[in-house]
Amino acid sequence: MSWTKKHLLDIESLTAEEITTVLDTARAFKAVGERAIKKVPALRGKTVVNLFIEPSTRTRISFELAAQRLTADIVNFSAEASSFKKGETLKDTAKNLEALNADFIVIRHSASGAPHFLSRVVNASIINAGDGAHEHPTQALLDAFTIREHKEKIAGLNVTILGDILYSRVARSNIWALTKLGAKVTLCGPSTLVPKTFEQMGCRVTYNVDKAIRDADIIHLLRIQHERQRKTMFPSIGEYTMLFGLNKARLAKTKPDALVMHPGPINRGVEIDSEIADCGRSLILEQVTNGLAVRMAVLFLLNGGKGPQEVSGN
Amino acid sequence: MPEATVILDAAAIQRALTRIAHEIAERNESGAEVVLIGIPLVGDELAFRLEKILSEIWKLPVPVGILDVSMHRDDLNRRAAPKIHPTVIPFDVTGKTVVLVDDVLFSGRTTRAAMDALNDFGRPKKIQLAVLIDRGHRELPIKADFVGKNVPTAITEKVRVRLNVSGQPDEVVLEK
Repeated sequence: MSWTKKHLLDIESLTAEEITTVLDTARAFKAVGERAIKKVPALRGKTVVNLFIEPSTRTRISFELAAQRLTADIVNFSAEASSFKKGETLKDTAKNLEALNADFIVIRHSASGAPHFLSRVVNASIINAGDGAHEHPTQALLDAFTIREHKEKIAGLNVTILGDILYSRVARSNIWALTKLGAKVTLCGPSTLVPKTFEQMGCRVTYNVDKAIRDADIIHLLRIQHERQRKTMFPSIGEYTMLFGLNKARLAKTKPDALVMHPGPINRGVEIDSEIADCGRSLILEQVTNGLAVRMAVLFLLNGGKGPQEVSGN
Repeated sequence: MPEATVILDAAAIQRALTRIAHEIAERNESGAEVVLIGIPLVGDELAFRLEKILSEIWKLPVPVGILDVSMHRDDLNRRAAPKIHPTVIPFDVTGKTVVLVDDVLFSGRTTRAAMDALNDFGRPKKIQLAVLIDRGHRELPIKADFVGKNVPTAITEKVRVRLNVSGQPDEVVLEK
């Protein structure tokens, strides 16, 4: 199908077909990363701005490398060193970036909806790199890509997302993407962090971790986000690890081909045992490799013009 | 439905490919240096068909690769993002004579993109171009080495090469 969207703001507004288009395109870009020369000229002359109002290393670096591999110019703009400290509004900052002819703005912001706001005030293509607890679309796309590489198709799979669901934009984007692609999603974690309201998104909610992972094809762990929790949502890290941490004994009770994922950064010994993070069933580092391919695909697709897919035709 | 005229039927396509294969063999005496690289969606199938004929002439297998040129196009922001097909080149092109295979030669922009894309895989000794149809209207200084059929066309017309479409014979049609 032909991709027509100008922005990537969330997964919620994408169709299953659009998600599949990104995953198919990403497969071609992953192959580019395996060549001796890993760079293609698809975005030559374009400018990408990484506007990270909230700290991030891996997502920012992934977008940076993705843009460079497509031959775009990339500028990093981080909150610490920026005019936000001097009181400039987000809109004014974005307008300034636009005045420098930015074609793409990759934004991470602590406020949900910040990318949507930007898409209404500037002409550049906006890519949401995480907005508050709302969505992190490229993470969900790279997760779906990774699952599809191992399990061939996503429809019918049991995916369990384990951990801090309430504060997690990764969880929300993953739930949208996986349910649209036909997976059965189970959520599990401390009841304070996994409200029953998530059942409205088409998920099963359980507080019994062994039950949650027993039939899972994919066990998706989330990081306990100390920095996002204003007050303690569970008694102690030790108790969380005991009740919900993925260890050898728990993994032994799952399907033998169940695979483990984590968006990173991992807290070794908290949500995941060190041994499991490094084992053959862990896809954690593959997720990083695939993230690059998916972000190249997103930039490539958003770069497309409004015309029909076949222009030169024969 | 636009008005369509059949330019080549299945038998004529096969004859054209046989002739192209013999011309390739005549131009390149040592078959050991030649590799075929087809441009999807149709050029890759043509490359595989040429390989069948050439391997009989030379009595040795000819490596075939598939090269998607979407990432090297010069019209990427003038159109919706193209569908990308897998690139599969399971051999080193450095020092080889690469015969690029495409269905229709038109503006020459796809060929230009293909030559750029090929650069990322190595440094061929020579690049030659084989096309089933040359329909004219070049926008770049590019010329095919091997042509199945020259077809004068109006710029608004379309040339469709249909191979392996289920329930239909192979054919090349000109749409008004």
